[in-house]
Amino acid sequence: MPDAPAPRHFRRMVAVWFVLSAVTDPLFYFLAGPHIPPGKMTSSANGAQFDFNVLFIIALPVVIAVWVYLGYAIWTWRASRGGPEPVAGPYSRGHLGLQTGWISVSTVIVLGLFVFGTYELVVPAGAGGGEGPNPIWSPASKQILPVQVIAQQWMFTYRYPTYGGFETRNLVLPADTNVAFHVTSLDVIHDFWAYQLGVKADANPGQDDVAYTSTGSQLGRFMVRCDELCGIWHGAMYNTGHIESAAAFQSWATTQEQTLAATTKLLPPFAWTYTPDANGADGGFYPDNRDPYNKVEMYGAQKVTS
Amino acid sequence: MTIDSGRRPAAGEPVGDVGVTRPGPTRRPTSRPAWLGQHLGTAVVGAVAGYAVGHWLGNQIASAYPNTAGASGLNDTAVVLGLAFGVVGWLAGIGALNYPLAKLVGREPVTPEPQQGWMRYFKYSTDHKVVGMQYLVTVLVFFFTAGLLAMAIRTELLTPANHFFGPDIYIAVVGEHGTMMMMMASSAVVGPLGNYLVPLMIGSRRTAFPRVEAASYWFFAAGYLVILTALPLGGFPTGWTGYAPLQTQSAGGMDSYLVGFGVIGIGMILAGFNLAVTIIHFRAPGMTWNRVPVFVWSMLATAALLTLATPTLVAAGLFGVLDRTAQTAFYVTEHGGSQFLWQNLFWFFGHPEVYIMALPGFGIVAEMLPVFTRKPLFGYRVAAAGMLGVALLSFFVWQHHLFQSGINPDMRPLFMLTTELISIPTGFIFLVGLGTLYKARIRMEVPMLFALGMYFNFLIGGVTGVFLSDVPVNVTVHGSFFVMAHFHYTIMGGLIFALFGGIYYWTPKMTGRMLDQKWGKIHFWTMFVFFNLTFFPLFIVGLLGQPRRVFEYAANLQVWNDISSTGAFLLGASFLIFVGNVVWTMVINPRTAPANPWASNGLEWQTPTPVPYFNFERIPVVLNDPYHYGDPEPAPVADLGAGLAMAVAGATADPSTGLDPR
Repeated sequence: MPDAPAPRHFRRMVAVWFVLSAVTDPLFYFLAGPHIPPGKMTSSANGAQFDFNVLFIIALPVVIAVWVYLGYAIWTWRASRGGPEPVAGPYSRGHLGLQTGWISVSTVIVLGLFVFGTYELVVPAGAGGGEGPNPIWSPASKQILPVQVIAQQWMFTYRYPTYGGFETRNLVLPADTNVAFHVTSLDVIHDFWAYQLGVKADANPGQDDVAYTSTGSQLGRFMVRCDELCGIWHGAMYNTGHIESAAAFQSWATTQEQTLAATTKLLPPFAWTYTPDANGADGGFYPDNRDPYNKVEMYGAQKVTS
Repeated sequence: MTIDSGRRPAAGEPVGDVGVTRPGPTRRPTSRPAWLGQHLGTAVVGAVAGYAVGHWLGNQIASAYPNTAGASGLNDTAVVLGLAFGVVGWLAGIGALNYPLAKLVGREPVTPEPQQGWMRYFKYSTDHKVVGMQYLVTVLVFFFTAGLLAMAIRTELLTPANHFFGPDIYIAVVGEHGTMMMMMASSAVVGPLGNYLVPLMIGSRRTAFPRVEAASYWFFAAGYLVILTALPLGGFPTGWTGYAPLQTQSAGGMDSYLVGFGVIGIGMILAGFNLAVTIIHFRAPGMTWNRVPVFVWSMLATAALLTLATPTLVAAGLFGVLDRTAQTAFYVTEHGGSQFLWQNLFWFFGHPEVYIMALPGFGIVAEMLPVFTRKPLFGYRVAAAGMLGVALLSFFVWQHHLFQSGINPDMRPLFMLTTELISIPTGFIFLVGLGTLYKARIRMEVPMLFALGMYFNFLIGGVTGVFLSDVPVNVTVHGSFFVMAHFHYTIMGGLIFALFGGIYYWTPKMTGRMLDQKWGKIHFWTMFVFFNLTFFPLFIVGLLGQPRRVFEYAANLQVWNDISSTGAFLLGASFLIFVGNVVWTMVINPRTAPANPWASNGLEWQTPTPVPYFNFERIPVVLNDPYHYGDPEPAPVADLGAGLAMAVAGATADPSTGLDPR
């Protein structure tokens, strides 16, 4: 039997890989992409979805490449298919070009992902993640609604400093608005995860953790869950928030402010954090001596005079 | 002592007794039966007595103080001292303290005769092969215990809101499962295979510090018992991460967690530096750094991580114990401490820990691939560089666990970069694996199946890790089941698959008996399919918004959770196949394994089975790396006679030097 020409393994594999990638990537992007969590309710949710899709489009060909190679190798070179013992040629212990190429390609992908991820983190003002008490990436707009999220075992409450600092268990946000969540805790570490908003920030006792997002025109409900193990009822620590039109929100907030005015007076005055610290062990509510109603920090919030 | 290595001396090779007699200290002949000495039974007695003494002492010291836990009504000081004294009693009972105490009081310590028979596996043995087998059995017990807890978790998650357990039991089970698995996995390969195989692979008669090695095992075994006490003490509600201040307010089980991690941590440090020194200093003549088997490279990288990262865990645990008993305030914000301190310390250990659990898996599969492809390892230096690179980078990524925590948020781009950089050396491991398969002759034996399965799983685990490192995506997936699926793909899909591959591969050497290959294949395929069935749906569940460690979830996620639970039960059943295989082929119907069933070139397969006490009759002289498969002129790996080859290898050490392993 005459020697058949040596099959061009790499060419075959690359062809299969290219076809599979060229088919699955657009399929994913156009069919699954728009439905990838957390959706498009806010700017940060949109950003998270976009990032996920971009990463998936890059990752899918990488995964397919390895799978095609593994499948091809097992199919072609398994011992039960016969064939001679492999001969350790000069390239079997390594191949300089292949190794350099592999390392270069993976380095380029990784550095590209880093630049992309950093851009997507910095430009949308922290991408909805908790940024600590002094965020260095914040929205340019000064029209920001501050909402304080107070986590405790095992529930969330919310205070609206621009509306007299009333406290409620209902999280209502206006559409088309920049929102700053000021997340803090009264006891252990919790995590405020507003799923459809693409917002997540740890609630630390004695710390104000700020996360920004920007609501769009989409109205409706979103889920809030505690995302950091906080004790036995951690699994039951969730509630539902709403995005309403700006007018509906305005009327809801002013009504709440009036209805709850008597209760608000009994509450501790609005503060960034509510746990005493080393400087205020007797229950001082302003441990860092920062005025929570500072107009610059709170986007024009007015202190209630009672 | 003469050893029949079954090898015919070559012409011109010196034969005789050179180097067979070893000088050693005079030993006291022992005539009493083995069960009268110190063994597992006396260790248990010592542990119980120690616990009683410690508990009593703690109550004497601190019964007047209000305890920090409150809920359990336990005095934390008594629990901590009980556990600590229990561990000391355990070590005294097994005989770990005989040597140091004798030295302390200026007496010449008695070194017992090397034991034979099955009783030695229940004793304080300094034989690295006995320690390896002890580790192997304990790791499997650890793994199956924690695996049962995993199935309990999946049982609770069968329904969104109907409960099999109360929330307190559930959270205790979750924490216990995670902590036990982490403890087990940190020593899963280093303990059994590292201790057993590294001296054989590098041509040494022992490890560097045999008593340290024995102590590392007995600390590890004590850690298993200590973490088990968490359940009767009420469990701990923090999961395996143990975040303060929840840690500070938790009940008595938290003490078991802190003491347990401390005890396991000491064992990890001891095992790590023993292995590192062994690899650096106990290589046979001719075993140069570019001939060291790639498994040994992975053990060296892991040992470095064990030695350097684990002290942070022990210190962090000590702070936690002090906070809970002596009312210090390391982690209490109100009194000048910080909850961030625990997060930083824990993950500063915790991320290298992740690679302590990944690197040994890389080492095992890279070691097996050349054997089952009959080709040299592709890119040997790339493999070694990849492992060392991963080990080095793993110290600079810990804050990617804290992207949403509010800790130095402006550092997030840096930690995103370091995290993504780690995929470059991890990619080396894939390059090595795929390159070795090229134009190979792939024998789909059971260990090879596990190696290929590891590559399949780890690819998914690694790629999803890149998603997690991207901060905007991390906002959605952090703390969700996505993370949980990701690290199960790397640890269970990577390390545990590699470990079971290693068990199928090396048990013929370690036990002299062969596991049944047909049932091994069934075990692999069931484990592989059901592993993916269990954990792949959890990526989807996490993306759809289910946080980790919850006992209630959105009703629309029930289908995916039920698929996962079904997979989990079947995965558990697949391990019954393995256990049945072990019991049948090792105990009931033992079959003697061929001397070298996989036709491997590895030095470990050149020793007789069972491996004699001193491993090698003479210290071998290594001539080649063990990957000369398919070579037109096959060269021997080592000269076990250690004669003429000395000159060839250019080695200077005296091959007849036999160091007494005790």
